[in-house]
Amino acid sequence: MPKPEILDPQGKAVLGALPRLGFTGVTDVRQGKRFELEVEGDATPDVLAAVEKMAETLLSNPVIENYTVSVEQADR
Amino acid sequence: MKVGVVTFPGSLDDVDARRAVRIGGNEAIALWHADADLKGVDAVVLPGGFSYGDYLRCGAISRFAPVMTEVVRAATDGLPVLGICNGFQILCESHLLPGALIRNDHRKFVCRDQRLRIENNRTAWTSSYAPGEEIVIALKNGEGGFVADPGTLARIEGEGQVVARYLEVNPNGSLNDIAGITNERGNVVGLMPHPEHAVEELTGSGTDGLGFFTSLAAAVLT
Repeated sequence: MPKPEILDPQGKAVLGALPRLGFTGVTDVRQGKRFELEVEGDATPDVLAAVEKMAETLLSNPVIENYTVSVEQADR
Repeated sequence: MKVGVVTFPGSLDDVDARRAVRIGGNEAIALWHADADLKGVDAVVLPGGFSYGDYLRCGAISRFAPVMTEVVRAATDGLPVLGICNGFQILCESHLLPGALIRNDHRKFVCRDQRLRIENNRTAWTSSYAPGEEIVIALKNGEGGFVADPGTLARIEGEGQVVARYLEVNPNGSLNDIAGITNERGNVVGLMPHPEHAVEELTGSGTDGLGFFTSLAAAVLT
């Protein structure tokens, strides 16, 4: 997600479009990105550490974005 | 001097940049993104465009191109590097320059002849300009809003790292009207407007951009 202090022009555009569709009461919209990574085997601490590294170096730009990593079970 | 111009997949202004290098009195060397080889050049230009389709974030994937490993290493050792537009975005993603560039605050692509003030003529790329000189060169970007956290912004301003500032109009929401910055050493410069499009009377708004390409020779002499 863009950091709270960083202007989010895309979120502002979405916020502006909602009332035109009749949706009221929304005071702010922030737009971010979601990456779904599938990994071999279980999400061990080592795997999660590697994913954290990926998030920090490539998937996000820490200058302007925050990120969180969470684990979900793959659908079989 | 031999000035390398990197072509990434999606680079747009590499040919113009090579031409500007030649008109500026230097030898232009084409560099390829996939080659970890700077071919012995004395300086590097990262040109404008949409490298790697601007996927993920502008410049985010280019940063990890084989040639950039060498550019980052050489820049850290003092090699002059100029990043124009997408090149500026790549330099910020590479952490060779502080801050980041985000979508224009008005959300539209902007293309105009832009007046700038050269705030710092002590870099390898701006020494041909007089202090405070005003120039007009083309600006064209969708994601040119310069941002940095308040501490970084204060440091950039305090250390004189602002190279150029927008005059009359802030075209993209950049903080403090910042159009270009340099690193602490002054060898790496990022600029959102396009000096390489303003080097000949025949085309564009004039020749105000030529100074970026003639400065190198002056920098070597000092």
